Amino acid sequence: MLKEYFGVLLFAGVAAIIPLAVFAVSYLLSTKKDTPEKGLAYECGMDTRGETWVQFKSGYFLYALIFVVFDVETVFLYPWAVKFGQLGLFAFVEMLIFIAILLIGYWYAWKEQVFRWK
Amino acid sequence: MPNDDILLRIGASLRELFAGVLPGPDAVDVAMYFVALIACVALIFTNAVILILAERKVAGFMQSRLGPHRLGPYGMFQTVADVIKLLTKEDYRPQGVDKWVWAMAPVVLFVPPVMVYAVLPFGKNLVPVDLNIGIFYFVAVSSVATIAFLMAGWGSNNKYSVIGGMRAVAQMVSYEIPLVFSILGVVMLTGSLQTSVIVEKQSGIWFILLQPVAFVIYLIAAAAETNRMPFDLVEGESEIIAGPFTEYSGMRWAMFFLAEYASLFAVSAIASTLFLGGWHGPSFLPGWVWFLGKTYVMIFVFMWVRWTFPRLRVDQLMALCWKYLIPVSLANILITGIGIFAYRAMGG
Repeated sequence: MLKEYFGVLLFAGVAAIIPLAVFAVSYLLSTKKDTPEKGLAYECGMDTRGETWVQFKSGYFLYALIFVVFDVETVFLYPWAVKFGQLGLFAFVEMLIFIAILLIGYWYAWKEQVFRWK
Repeated sequence: MPNDDILLRIGASLRELFAGVLPGPDAVDVAMYFVALIACVALIFTNAVILILAERKVAGFMQSRLGPHRLGPYGMFQTVADVIKLLTKEDYRPQGVDKWVWAMAPVVLFVPPVMVYAVLPFGKNLVPVDLNIGIFYFVAVSSVATIAFLMAGWGSNNKYSVIGGMRAVAQMVSYEIPLVFSILGVVMLTGSLQTSVIVEKQSGIWFILLQPVAFVIYLIAAAAETNRMPFDLVEGESEIIAGPFTEYSGMRWAMFFLAEYASLFAVSAIASTLFLGGWHGPSFLPGWVWFLGKTYVMIFVFMWVRWTFPRLRVDQLMALCWKYLIPVSLANILITGIGIFAYRAMGG
């Protein structure tokens, strides 16, 4: 069991090394010529104005909040789905109740027009 | 015909070779993981070269033009030349970028697709790491890519990049829910998360016939997760230049595309695992040929969609996910559950 996760760790480690190796090869082959114009942020040729790292539209974060709710739900749903065959009708009804509670929140968010992009 | 399968034979002989050198069966297994890893990385790199050319050729034929045709027969060496060009390009870091976040974003983006390859069932006994939570692992790992897009967008100190990064997060986070729910229907049918078991259970009937709705939802959500065309608001080259990739050059920039094609192959392979019967097929060809064939068919479908539909608006994108896909995928889970009970009640 633990051995398999060592295999996964191997995948992650090598996957992180490969891009670095490619960058190293590219560093050896590439041209290096520094001019001040290259350092400018690309903005269709015009000089950039103002701060980049600003406060951002809150609509994006509302989606993130609802996502968290659904994400927690999937954590519950996956073990349930795996054991669905063995658990029988009781578990199925219980999951219906669970989803129904979630749907109330979902309906409320819909009613409050969270899903309408402004 | 497992003994006639050339890959399995190579695997078996390598295993014998390692068993002679390494102490204990655990060390041999780890060595085999490493061999599988090297094979996967080779697959990713060759695939990227082939798929970029294929994408341009498919696009060409769909738009009544030739596509690349100068270098080699049918332009076959075009991508190779592009790779060599990109290797010699200057890797420039613009002023004012968040140095570490900006530099690490392509690396972080490349890791999740490679990790997904660990659980792809290329054939019977040909799964690199046959985790018992395989498909859940795919869901968990592939969602990490969101962070990389946000890192690239936020770290670049470019307004278009920030917009692109924010769009990436909103889109990928939203479409993850229908993606996960569509997989749930299959999990309910098989009662296992292990990818090899899921394929094994499809020896009789492919799950695309039992879960057609889930298949369509998976296709849409997977296209959105990989930021492909009808959902490429993240890149949106006609609005925000290249989104999070704007300030990258040379190999760093190429790494984003390598990651994109690696994950395109990964989601297509997962689609053929979950819905198209994986390695099952008439036995005159080995299983992994069938698996790769189905995967390439899925990739072609993704390319077909890409060159057919126009880009969605951001409000349409969000409405499609939250108002249509999520209710439909939830209903699909319920109907699957009721269907399984009805099937059992009939004595199946």
